[in-house]
Amino acid sequence: MLSSPAPAFRTTSESTLSVTHPPLSDLVAGAPDAPSRRGRAATRAGGLVAATLVLATVAVLSITVGAKSLPLADVWRGLLDPGAAEYAVVHRMRLPRTLLGLLAGVALGVAGAVMQALTRNPLADPGLLGINAGASAAVATGTALVGVATVGGQVWFALLGAAAVTAAVYLVGGGRGATPARLALAGAALNATLYSYVSAVMLLDTASLERLRFWTVGSLASANATTVGTVAPFAGAGLLVALAVARPLNALALGDDTARALGARPALVRGAVIVAVTLLCGAATAACGPIVFVGLLVPHLVRALTGPDLRWLLPYCAVLAPVLLLGADVVGRVLSRPGELQVGMVTAVLGGPLFLWLVLRGRVAHP
Amino acid sequence: MIVLRTPGGLSLRLRPRALAVGATCALLTLVVGVLALGSGDYPMSAADVLRTLAGDGTPAEHFIVHELRLPRLVTAAAVGAALALAGAVFQSLVRNPLGSPDLLGFTQGAATGALVVVVVGGTSAMLSGAAVASGLATGALVYALAWRRGVHGYRLVLVGIGVAAILTGVNGWLLTRAPLMDAARAVLWLTGSLDGRGWTHAVPLLVALAGLGTVVLAAAGPALRLVEMGDDAASALGVPVQRLRLALLATAVLLVSLAAAAAGPVNFVALTAPHLARRLTRAPGPNLLPSAALGALLLVAADQVAQRAFPGHQLPVGVVTGVLGGGYLVWLLASERRAGRL
Repeated sequence: MLSSPAPAFRTTSESTLSVTHPPLSDLVAGAPDAPSRRGRAATRAGGLVAATLVLATVAVLSITVGAKSLPLADVWRGLLDPGAAEYAVVHRMRLPRTLLGLLAGVALGVAGAVMQALTRNPLADPGLLGINAGASAAVATGTALVGVATVGGQVWFALLGAAAVTAAVYLVGGGRGATPARLALAGAALNATLYSYVSAVMLLDTASLERLRFWTVGSLASANATTVGTVAPFAGAGLLVALAVARPLNALALGDDTARALGARPALVRGAVIVAVTLLCGAATAACGPIVFVGLLVPHLVRALTGPDLRWLLPYCAVLAPVLLLGADVVGRVLSRPGELQVGMVTAVLGGPLFLWLVLRGRVAHP
Repeated sequence: MIVLRTPGGLSLRLRPRALAVGATCALLTLVVGVLALGSGDYPMSAADVLRTLAGDGTPAEHFIVHELRLPRLVTAAAVGAALALAGAVFQSLVRNPLGSPDLLGFTQGAATGALVVVVVGGTSAMLSGAAVASGLATGALVYALAWRRGVHGYRLVLVGIGVAAILTGVNGWLLTRAPLMDAARAVLWLTGSLDGRGWTHAVPLLVALAGLGTVVLAAAGPALRLVEMGDDAASALGVPVQRLRLALLATAVLLVSLAAAAAGPVNFVALTAPHLARRLTRAPGPNLLPSAALGALLLVAADQVAQRAFPGHQLPVGVVTGVLGGGYLVWLLASERRAGRL
C-alpha cells in the first residue's frame, strides 16, 4: 500500500467549511418557549437597538466628515435651514451620499446573508460570485450601446445582468451539492470573463472608459437625490422578499425533506432568494458599482453575535452592513483628503484578509 | 508508451499520441503563422511570405515581415506557450482543473506592478520589470499564506481567489489615479494585447521558455505525474513533494509574469490549453509539451481573430481569449458537475 497515515497538515476540507444550522426547535412553529429562549431574544433585541445607535453615529459621521468637515451645529443648521450656507452641501452631497451608503450597505449585507444560507456556502458574496460583475457587464453594454448615463437607466441593465449571473452561478457552479470551493471557482471564472468583457467595452469607446473607470471601483461619489430615489424601491423590494423567506430558508438549511415536513416549499424559497439577491445586488451595483466583500464580511461577523437563525441574522446584517460601508467611505475620505479612496477599494482591503482568515481557519464563525 | 534509455541512466518516456498532438499543434501554428504574416494592410501570398522568410523578398516585404509582423507572431506564440506550460504545471500541482494562474491572483499581481508604473509614469521596460517583480511577489504571498506544514491544493486555490479579489480592488483604484490617456493604455495592457510588439518583447520570453521550459519538461514531468496521484503516494515513491511544489510554483509564476510583461495578463489560455490538451491526448498527466504547443496555437489564432474580426477595429487579443475561454469554462463547469467531478 502506498497510503501513509493521515496527513499531518490540516486541510481545508469541505465538510468543515459549512454554515451551521439553527436548532430545530427554533424552526418549528409554535414550539414552546423556554425561559432561556425568551431571555436570549431580549438580549438580541437589545443588541439590535445598540447596533442601530452605532449606525446612527456612523451616519452622522458620514454627513459631518468630508473634504470640508462640518461641526455638528452647522450640519444641523444645514439640514433644517434652507437659508444657511451649509444647506447646499448637506442636502446635495452629504445627505444623499449617506443615504446611498445606507441603502447599498443594507442591500449587500442582506444579499450576502441569504446567499450564504441558500448555498450553505460560507464564501458566498455577491462580489466573489460574479453577480456584481454581471451587473457591471450589463451596465457597460448599456453605456456603450445606448449611451445610458443615468442611474435610472443603469439600474435596469444592472438588474438584468445580476439576474443572469445569479442564475448562471447557481446552476453552473452551485446547485444543491455545491462545495464552497466549486462555487468560489465558478464565481472567479465568471468574474474573469465578465471583467475582460467590461475592459473590452471600455477600450472600444473612450467615453465609456471615462464614465466606467470610476464606477467599476465601487464608489458613493455619484450620489444625489435622484440616484437614491431610483434604487431605493428595488433595494426595498429585495429586502422585503429576503425578510419574508427568512423562516423557510432556515428550514431549508436542514435539507429539503425536513424543510418540506416543516411546511416550506424548497423550490419556491430558492426562487424567492434568487429574486431577492438580484434586486439587492442589481440596485447596489447600479448606484455604486461593484463592491466586494461587504456581503461576505458582515454576515460572518454577525453570525458570531446572533447565531445562524436568519430571523435575527438578517435584521442585524441590515443594520451593521451599512455601518461597514459608511465607515469605509468615511475612512476613504479621511485618508486621502481632499480626494477620496473609493469605498469598494477600502472594503476589498478590509474584507480580503477576513476571507483569507476564513479559508485558512477552515471553518466559519459558530455561535 | 515508448521508453528511451541512455547509457547514463537517464530515461525518457514518450507517448506516441501525445507526441502526435504536440507535433500537429506545432505544425498548425506554423500554418496559421504563415497566413498571419501574409495578412494585413499589405496582403502577401503564402509563397511570398515563405520567400521573404528565406531572405529573397523585396526590401519592403522584408521590412513588413521581419520588422512588423514576425515579432508580433513570435511574441504571441511564446506568450501562449508560456501561459499554457504554467497552467499545465499549476493544474497538476493543485490537482484541480481550474487551478489556473488567472484565477489565483498572479496575473492580477503582475497587473498591479504594471499599473503602478503607469500611474507613476515609467517606461515600458520598467512596466515589464514591475509586472514580473510584483507577479513573483504575489506568488510568494499566496504560497506563504497557504502554507501550513505543507501547501495543499484547495487551500492554495481559495487563498489565490481571495488575494485576486483584493488585488482587483487595488487595480481598479490605481486605474482611477491615472490621467485618461494613461488609463486607456493601462486598460489595454490589462486586457492583454499584442499590438506593436517587437523583438524586445519576444526575446526575453523566448530565452525564459528555452531555459525554464526545458528544466520543467526534463526534471518535473515524471514527478508531476506522481504528484497527481496525491501527496502521500508521491512522497512514498520518493518525490520531495513540498520542495518540488515550491520550485515548480516559482517557475510557473515566473513564466506567467514574463508572459504578462510581454503581452499583459491574457486571460484563459493558461486554463484552457492544458484542458484541451488533456482531452486530445487522452492522458491524465501534466501533458506539458502538447499543452505548450496548443497554447501557442491558441494565442496565434486568437490574435488573428482579434485583428480581423471587426474590420476597422483592432481588438486586443485578451478580449478574444476572455470571451471564448469564458464560454468554454462555463461549459466545462457544467459538464464537470454533471460528471460528478470537481
